[in-house]
Amino acid sequence: MTSLPQPSKKKLGLVIDLDTCVGCHACVISCKEWNTSGYGAPLSDQNPYGKDPSGTWLNRVHTFEITPNVSRCDQPDAPAQIVHFPRSCLHCEDAPCVTVCPTGASYKRSEDGIVLVNEDACMGCGLCAWACPYGARELDQAEGVMKKCTLCIDRIYNENLPEEDRIPACVRTCPAEARHFGDLGDPESSVSKLVAERDGFTLMPEKYAKPVNHYLPPRSRTDIDGPEPFALASLAEPEATGFLGWLDKALERLN
Amino acid sequence: MIRYIQGNKDHPVNRGVLCAKGSAGIMQHYSPARLNAPLKRVGPRGSGQFEEISWDEAMDIAVSWLKPIRESDPKRLAFFPGRDQSQSLTGWWAQQYGTPNYAAHGGFCSVNMAAAGLYMLGGAFWEFGQPDWERTRYVMIFGVAEDHDSNPIKMGIAKAKRNGAKVIGINPVRTGYNAVADEWVGITPGTDGLFVLALIHELFRTGNVDLDYLLNWTNAGWLVNNDPKSPELGMFLRDADAKPLIWDRKKNKALPNDDPEGQPSPKGEVTVDGIAAIPVFELMAQKYLAVDNAPDAVAERCGINAKTIKRIAAEIVEAAFENEVVVETPWTDWLGRRHERFVGRPVALHAMRGISAHSNGFQTCRTLHLLQLLIGAVEVPGGFRFKPPYPKPVDAHPTPTSANTKPNGPLNGPHLGLPRGPEDLLLNDDGTPARIDKAFTWDMPLSIHGAMHTVISNAATGDPYKIDTLFLYMANMAWNSSMNTSGTIDMLTAKDDDDNYTIPHIIYSDAYSSEMVAYADLILPDTTYLERHDCISLLDRPISEPDAVADSIRWPVVEPDRDVRGFQSTLIALGARLQLPGFVTEDGSAKYSDYADYMVSHERRPGVGPLGGWRGADGESEGRAEPNPNQLMRYIENGGFWKSEIPESARYMKQVNKDYQEWAVGMGFFDKPQPYQFQLYVEPLRKFQAAAEGHGPIQPPEHLRSRVAETFDPLPIWYPDSCESEEYPLHAITQRPAAMYHSWGSQNAWLRQLHTENALYVPATVCDKAGIEDGGWAWLISDHARIRAPVRRMEAVNRNTVWTWNAVGKRSGAWALSEDANEAQRGFLLNHLISELLPPKEDGLRWSNSDPITGQAAWYDLRVRIEKAPPPPDGASEPHLEPQESPVGTGSSGDLTYGKDWT
Repeated sequence: MTSLPQPSKKKLGLVIDLDTCVGCHACVISCKEWNTSGYGAPLSDQNPYGKDPSGTWLNRVHTFEITPNVSRCDQPDAPAQIVHFPRSCLHCEDAPCVTVCPTGASYKRSEDGIVLVNEDACMGCGLCAWACPYGARELDQAEGVMKKCTLCIDRIYNENLPEEDRIPACVRTCPAEARHFGDLGDPESSVSKLVAERDGFTLMPEKYAKPVNHYLPPRSRTDIDGPEPFALASLAEPEATGFLGWLDKALERLN
Repeated sequence: MIRYIQGNKDHPVNRGVLCAKGSAGIMQHYSPARLNAPLKRVGPRGSGQFEEISWDEAMDIAVSWLKPIRESDPKRLAFFPGRDQSQSLTGWWAQQYGTPNYAAHGGFCSVNMAAAGLYMLGGAFWEFGQPDWERTRYVMIFGVAEDHDSNPIKMGIAKAKRNGAKVIGINPVRTGYNAVADEWVGITPGTDGLFVLALIHELFRTGNVDLDYLLNWTNAGWLVNNDPKSPELGMFLRDADAKPLIWDRKKNKALPNDDPEGQPSPKGEVTVDGIAAIPVFELMAQKYLAVDNAPDAVAERCGINAKTIKRIAAEIVEAAFENEVVVETPWTDWLGRRHERFVGRPVALHAMRGISAHSNGFQTCRTLHLLQLLIGAVEVPGGFRFKPPYPKPVDAHPTPTSANTKPNGPLNGPHLGLPRGPEDLLLNDDGTPARIDKAFTWDMPLSIHGAMHTVISNAATGDPYKIDTLFLYMANMAWNSSMNTSGTIDMLTAKDDDDNYTIPHIIYSDAYSSEMVAYADLILPDTTYLERHDCISLLDRPISEPDAVADSIRWPVVEPDRDVRGFQSTLIALGARLQLPGFVTEDGSAKYSDYADYMVSHERRPGVGPLGGWRGADGESEGRAEPNPNQLMRYIENGGFWKSEIPESARYMKQVNKDYQEWAVGMGFFDKPQPYQFQLYVEPLRKFQAAAEGHGPIQPPEHLRSRVAETFDPLPIWYPDSCESEEYPLHAITQRPAAMYHSWGSQNAWLRQLHTENALYVPATVCDKAGIEDGGWAWLISDHARIRAPVRRMEAVNRNTVWTWNAVGKRSGAWALSEDANEAQRGFLLNHLISELLPPKEDGLRWSNSDPITGQAAWYDLRVRIEKAPPPPDGASEPHLEPQESPVGTGSSGDLTYGKDWT
């Protein structure tokens, strides 16, 4: 068993906007690219050019189709919707993955709340992955150690990088502005404000893990004709005369 | 060793973001499917059996084929570089060689979009212009899958949404951009034009058009000959100087369109010199107010509620006319009139291949442009804006050329251009096609990008003539880039009675071991994109933004570790070996050492070269100036691109903006100002139509006469596509996944984990009716073929449409994948179902499966029926072609641990 530190004041994490995520996987690949030669062991791939290739990823995007009776019970005629859902470690305050770790390899940093794995101490038992309610950890098949999102800890404090680049790779590359990074412990931070403005939420609060990462819900879709759709007034009938009549008036206005 | 690839934050287009393909560039670069050296075929075509040869031998072989045919009959070379971003070089090369048979892949990509935009607006969506994402209030994206142009659209949608604009996606499938759109219109494929005409009907019905914009900046006021007895019926009335006439509503007389005092009348028949004439605007009003364009009349066919159509029309009107965007910058128009400000209508449209790839695609694209023009939303703040060097009028483009300056000399102009009428068709004296692809014939008069998709079948059947050498670059014609894939393979391997291949020689260049490689006789291996020079040139499709002209380069960041050379450098060397004019100096030695040298020192016109930045001996000039030997260094110092802002008074209404026109001449886009009015009514179309009605010396053959007369309407129309069928009630389409570049993504160890196999997505109601379960198998049957494919059930799709991801299915042995790779087993192509010819007509003739105007391949006209299928015993989709031998072996089956070596 490993114990959690006192909750930190600074809570670094991500805010992910489900309203603009188009599921393009830019963040997924950028994450893999940065982290395979970054913190700890590479993110390996098995049978990369053969049948059923697989690999270790710290960030994946899942695509869900939501049928109307689920998404819009008030509007059963609404068309089905597709939501792209990026999933990575949520850096929970009460991280169950940490407390189950038998060796102390999994830990939560007291200074900024980032959850990390000390790979030297990890024996690859996989208990933490079982304990994580979000499926956010992956055991690397080549190295036998547990891998997870580090919030690009080797970028965000890296003074060799220009200051504007000291953000996680996934955030820097996202073309759809769907990923935001910051201190969710500071109510004045841009990410906290986004969460407040857009009714941001955490995943599965009933698991009591208190995730730091938040998601912004898709805005209400408007693909429904209400009972009284607003319509354009037709010109006088018959239509041809009406249109030419309108034309005369329009020409007068031009003159 | 490549450690990491990151976007450049200063870059004017991508601003530092990368897509999945960009970040996976490492795996693309280190792909096991890279070709290693020039290859000479030793087994039968298609076997994949090659031997590696030296570059000297490879060039000798190429020259031994190309030199004799240039000396005897240059058209026996068909040179079709496919997804080529260096067309200004490859086209010029082909011109100097003297073959008329050259084009890139536009004919099977989006020529409908390009042609419609060029003839109406002087530029099209995507490469020529883009929505004003910053200021628009209402964005409509039609038929845009997760591709062109991916990052700018993602960034744009995010920006528009942040600003509170509404984004509406019109697409049969609700994935990607359509998934995040505020409203999804799940339209029936091929009916977008009908939907848009209903919106246009609503605008006319309710008097919501921008009359001031139309009369000033379009040909709405031009007079059209309305005398049914005149051979000029439907042409513009012109004065003695050939200037189009308008009817001045104040002076009650005809004036040329460029009279600064002119007040064009939009209505009323008038008589000018005894000829009855009517303004374009009234012709439009008559046409689009017709009840068959009303929302109630089109709703069922489009699969959209009439109420929805009316509401969207109302939303467009509200966004356009109640949310005017004003930029307070004075400007002067083409006639010297000063305006105090730019006024914009913040409605912006974007469209792509879902609109283009139908046989009614050209006219459908035109309906979109008509909608934009009617509300005054083109080249204004908040609307659709052009990117330099566009906009350009039709007159600024050449006409197509197939004639040589002298026997076996260079062509006397570029291959591709914009025909103004039947006189510009490329027909021999006996009416037969001049080009192997039959571009610019009555089959496809405005095939302004050529017709690469017809080359193999025409060459195989010797219709219109036989060729000797087919030279292709980066186009997987033996697989996902052809209709009727199995048939195409047969054509590539067909032999004559003497046991010789009917296409005697095939040269192919690619960096990777694609399916096409096995069908070539000689492979000229290209480098990866990190090993070479490239330029995204002002002479091609540069990276400009609406407020700035910009172009860019690539330069090698690693040296090739294989015996490969950049294709463009190879082509330049081949040009020198063949002693092509322009590629050799006076003493016959090579003029350019390689592509990098060409990029810097080539001048197409005095002072105008591939790159616009840091020109002149001192490197301080832009646009038009003498070459600068240090130009590439300056680009590299600046992050690989050059950008120059358009003066503020020149940023909008560029087509009629005096300051813009002068700035463009200075930059070298054209040699004198070329202001023009947008063409709602396209007279060149009327010229073809009039020929079909029996006018003029060049008329279509009888079997095409009625088709030309019906489809070449000078005003935008909609007609059903060629494949409507009761027997095949479903539409079948593909989309390109955001993370894949055509077939080139599956060799990438990371990207292929995202799309390891494709499935057929079938509407839930169709599944239930056919008894097909999610995860089961189905036969998909067209009038041409059948395939067996794995099925996924889906709700967020048009109720009559099935679809799949494009080009994920692979042939066993290709791309260095193992034979049991998912792509080669369960993966499948729809291409097998699509014939390049339509079923025989009543006269027994078979028409090409393409747009009758442009020749655009009509991929998305496909109709199918579906039946439940038993799971295949071997688990593989059908057809399942024999494996190819891989000339590069198979990628390692061991763990890939990228970064292990140095971390």
